[in-house]
Amino acid sequence: MTIDSYRLQGEAGIRGWLLFRFAAPQAFYPLAGRVIPWFGALATLLAAAGLYISFFVAPTDAQQGEAYRIIFIHVAAAWMSMFLYVVMACWAALGLVLNTRLSGMMASAIAPTGAMFTFVALWSGALWGKPTWGTWWVWDARLTSELILLFLYFGFIALTNAIEDPRRADRAGAVLAIVGVINIPIIYFSVQWWNTLHQGASVSLTRAPSMAMTMLTGMLLMALAAWMYSIAVVLARVRSIILERERDAEWVRGLRGVE
Amino acid sequence: MMLEARDLACERGDLRLFSGLEFALSAGELLWVRGANGSGKTSLLRLVAGLSRPAAGSIHWRGEDIRALAEEYARELLFIGHSNAVKDEFSAEENLAVSLDLAGRRSSAAERAAALEQLGLAARARLPARYLSQGQKRRVALARLCLAADVPLWILDEPFAALDARALDTVVGLVDAHLARGGAAILTTHQEVTIAARARFSIALGD
Amino acid sequence: MLAGLKAIVARDLRLSMRRRGDVLNHLVFFVIVVTLFPLGVGAEPNLLRAMAPGILWVAALLAAMLSLQRLFAADFADGTLEQMLISAQPLGVIVVGKMIAHWMMSGLPLTLLAPVLGVQFDLPQAALATLVLSLAIGTPVLSLIGGVGAALTLGVRGGGVLLALLVLPLYVPVLIFGAGAVAEVSGGMSAAPHLSLLGAFLAISCAVAPWATCAALRVAYD
Repeated sequence: MTIDSYRLQGEAGIRGWLLFRFAAPQAFYPLAGRVIPWFGALATLLAAAGLYISFFVAPTDAQQGEAYRIIFIHVAAAWMSMFLYVVMACWAALGLVLNTRLSGMMASAIAPTGAMFTFVALWSGALWGKPTWGTWWVWDARLTSELILLFLYFGFIALTNAIEDPRRADRAGAVLAIVGVINIPIIYFSVQWWNTLHQGASVSLTRAPSMAMTMLTGMLLMALAAWMYSIAVVLARVRSIILERERDAEWVRGLRGVE
Repeated sequence: MMLEARDLACERGDLRLFSGLEFALSAGELLWVRGANGSGKTSLLRLVAGLSRPAAGSIHWRGEDIRALAEEYARELLFIGHSNAVKDEFSAEENLAVSLDLAGRRSSAAERAAALEQLGLAARARLPARYLSQGQKRRVALARLCLAADVPLWILDEPFAALDARALDTVVGLVDAHLARGGAAILTTHQEVTIAARARFSIALGD
Repeated sequence: MLAGLKAIVARDLRLSMRRRGDVLNHLVFFVIVVTLFPLGVGAEPNLLRAMAPGILWVAALLAAMLSLQRLFAADFADGTLEQMLISAQPLGVIVVGKMIAHWMMSGLPLTLLAPVLGVQFDLPQAALATLVLSLAIGTPVLSLIGGVGAALTLGVRGGGVLLALLVLPLYVPVLIFGAGAVAEVSGGMSAAPHLSLLGAFLAISCAVAPWATCAALRVAYD
């Protein structure tokens, strides 16, 4: 059974905008393939610059010594984890409203990368905590919120994996992601409040060392590098999702290397 | 013309069951959907009932898209699917009351008793439905038809299955009367039944 | 519309009453879990008194979670949910009615039972009252958010655990402020800000959850 150009026309014909020309997986696949190397290169360059600044240029902190440098990775990862969740929810919402297949695939492609950054943020937070406070884990507001964000990502991934029909999985995931996005600021605020009440005066990750210009530059570079990396990886992942879901389509069969 | 389907397409998973389907149904007309198991008969009925969205195309009721109409359309149709929507904990009478309530129809105890009697369930009307046989539960579901005179569109998925001869006659009679009143009906069935209608159409799926 | 709401609530309540076993089970679970904690952490009275708000809240949360499957699963299995989707009543009204009935049979009994168990932990009088109030506001939120989760996991394998995985992270703010309210009062302070935030969460859930649940139900049938 071939899924023919009927659907391609249907989706591209919603509006004549340029944007929607690439809303069909068949058109998006080669486009994504062309831009991935560029984003990968950008990510590498930015990461190299950011790491150089983090490890060699930024001054040593008076209180925390060299160990504080992990904050450059930690902050970038934390920002990306939250940013990616919002982006994922936007794509999912788009798929729900406009009923386009690609939007749901993008959301599913983003989730694992978002979860990875959340995990990196947690792990780098722990690595910072050990030399600084002597424990691997501390119930700091940001760390605890990150942990809950990780659960939210897991929930999305678990739900979309548990449902067999991909269209239903995308739409169910979309509803969940939208509810989650509304909840994220609430969760962060609650945990922040809870943390200040219970933690009291201890030094926390949220009170980062006062920013020297170089530190800020380092963090921004790392954040941008993470962003470029995310785009590259998500596009690569969505290409394989497209191949998997559209495997019965003629254009997929026509690709070299696909039997 | 009451019901119209334009360019309807339906998918289940990766499989396209049908596409480009069109039909029109007017008062007093019966549409009989035939096809092998798995050919999409139930899917088509569910599309018409508004339970699922078609992969392509649209369905129009009295000229308007059913997706725009939502509850207004729901009020004008009666859908009896494969499952009976009968709760084991409720008696036949209570089940009937609840399903009529959901359909927005108030009913009196007398009306419900009469409906259950017509389907041969008078003796068991007050038993919890868990003590009824499959055929009897089906009849509880079908009892709604006795009190649906004002509902123009009936969508019935295998209404005659698991019925004995007497119940079969009763239900056929109900559909006949509905069509004679100017209602329309869409149904699937594997059985050969004779239903008098102003016009009968059939769609065969799955070739 | 109000009459329709009352009819749905009455129907679901009647159904629950005829399946009393289901309802009682999660109350017993609540009692058991609360009892497990002193057995696990030791019977030191000051420690227990400090932990009591958290223990009672988490146990109530878990017990209420257990009952969430009931919300749509039975109706889904026997085809009633299908009829609800194409009913003359707006789906939102039906969903809210079911959530209200669910709360009355799970959250409400838990709320009433909690102070009895709170006595075991030597919570002061005022704290017990706050416990009831915080649960009275917080358990409806669980019925609301849990309803979204229940609708999303309809007929999905691994349903019960998956449901918990989806709902518990979303529920964290309610837990924090609910247990926090009781802790504040235990410490002699006012719980008013906590309770008003809980009220705000309830309001937000009332606005978002019915919509999300209807969307999730339609997704399940599409």
